[in-house]
Amino acid sequence: MPKPLLVRIALLLAILPFSTASADTDKLDRGKYLVTVAGCNDCHTPFVLGPNGPEPDMSRMLSGHPNDMDLPNAPALPAGPWSVVVTDTNTAWAGPWGVSFTANLTPDPETGLGKWSLRNFVDTIRTGRHLGRGREILPPMPIPMYKNFTDADLDAIYTFLQSIPAVVNKVPDPLPPVVLTAAVDSEE
Amino acid sequence: MRASIPHKSLTGSALLAVAGLLASVSAAMAEPPSRLAETGLYVDGTRTVRAENLPYAPQYPLWSDGASKRRWLYLPPGSVIDASDPDSWEFPVGTRLWKEFSHGRPIETRFIERLGDGTWQYAAYVWNADGTEALLAPETGVPDHQTDAAPGGHYPIPSREDCLACHEGAAKPVLGVSALQLSPDRDTDAVHAEALDPANLTLTDFVARGLVTNLPKALLDTPPRINASSPTERAALGYLHANCGHCHNNDGPLTLLDLVLAQNIASERDGTDDVRRTLLLKRSDFEMAGASLRVVPGKPEQSVLTLRMRARDALSQMPPLGNQVSDHEAIALIERWIQQHL
Repeated sequence: MPKPLLVRIALLLAILPFSTASADTDKLDRGKYLVTVAGCNDCHTPFVLGPNGPEPDMSRMLSGHPNDMDLPNAPALPAGPWSVVVTDTNTAWAGPWGVSFTANLTPDPETGLGKWSLRNFVDTIRTGRHLGRGREILPPMPIPMYKNFTDADLDAIYTFLQSIPAVVNKVPDPLPPVVLTAAVDSEE
Repeated sequence: MRASIPHKSLTGSALLAVAGLLASVSAAMAEPPSRLAETGLYVDGTRTVRAENLPYAPQYPLWSDGASKRRWLYLPPGSVIDASDPDSWEFPVGTRLWKEFSHGRPIETRFIERLGDGTWQYAAYVWNADGTEALLAPETGVPDHQTDAAPGGHYPIPSREDCLACHEGAAKPVLGVSALQLSPDRDTDAVHAEALDPANLTLTDFVARGLVTNLPKALLDTPPRINASSPTERAALGYLHANCGHCHNNDGPLTLLDLVLAQNIASERDGTDDVRRTLLLKRSDFEMAGASLRVVPGKPEQSVLTLRMRARDALSQMPPLGNQVSDHEAIALIERWIQQHL
């Protein structure tokens, strides 16, 4: 016997919140999966030396280059095919572009992505520019690959990043090549 | 028979919906014409600009490495611009705008058009050395475009993403066409001010021709101007509005930075309020040469604002794209403002 209309509406309304919650959970799970397999932790989570060798320090998950790290000037490399040096944290990279420090992706409002909207995040990945309109995002960030994420993927990644623990860590601004050269020259 | 009517109606609705969707997708995916001559700027077979393409000149121009510019606006017959928000006009579908950049001869013409689905399409056309033909640049732009006419022999043609970076940083993507920029009360101290050609349309002309509607009456009675404490401050704020305000405003995607360099004549507040509040002694997210505050009154050498205007490296310079040469005249103006008027 068919249920009266009001009963059916009541059942639907009862199910709806679970359905929405399920969709949110699906998006979070998808975001976590994408962040994991896209290797975001490889550069944005500082590496420490563990019993099995270098591994990401998940107590500082995705918080970028540690602000308190004592960092000498990048070493000068001789002419030749070797052109990039990296700190043992895997968070500071020196190369022909200068020195780049991996960003704090946690939702801390002052030093991370806490104030970023989804649009800010999507604009950054799509254009390869900071917030979609500032300086270019530097190597080794694989923008040419990541700009191919779908809108749904980027939404899921953004949603997951906004859900992780906030870490206060003000990452330094990148250094231009001229500063690297000057620093290298002063060591010679 | 009666049962078939709703069926037909549903089918018809579905077909209409699909057709609408296809039209929308088609509009969004449409490629700009391959030749500038096909965009409707010129009378066919000539370099004579069509009479329906209206010339205009904003009172505060954008710095583009000293390039001189000509600009035109086209509105479809019978359509009008809604200026209820005098700072952010609503342009009708079919609006087209062109901007020609020259260094002695035309180098590039940029073109934007509002498509049927309401989105905007951006294109750049590169002129040949003879000035006889301008062809569509690739979507990735031509970063290393060489031409003897430009400073240093180098003139980067922007990519479509570069177009979006500036044009979609504000509430509306048309920059340089607003009540303030077209005001007949022009700022004679504006940096790189262009003498107003009698052919160029001002706000008054747009209203008189019925091309602009819903402009607040107060702005008809008293043409808009930046409310500043001195001519230097007025020109400084005008420069920041035109060159920085399309990204640094209070209604675009960069509001999280809380840096407002755009003028808002619709607001009843003083035009300097937001600029002063977000600049003076405010910590900059970007530290440079030991400076960490956006503007230190009286000390331009300690102000990140002017340091970044002077910088010409890819990491520090402001604006981050669209020019390679520092605007020394503007830097002198902004430094004078900081030194003597703050």
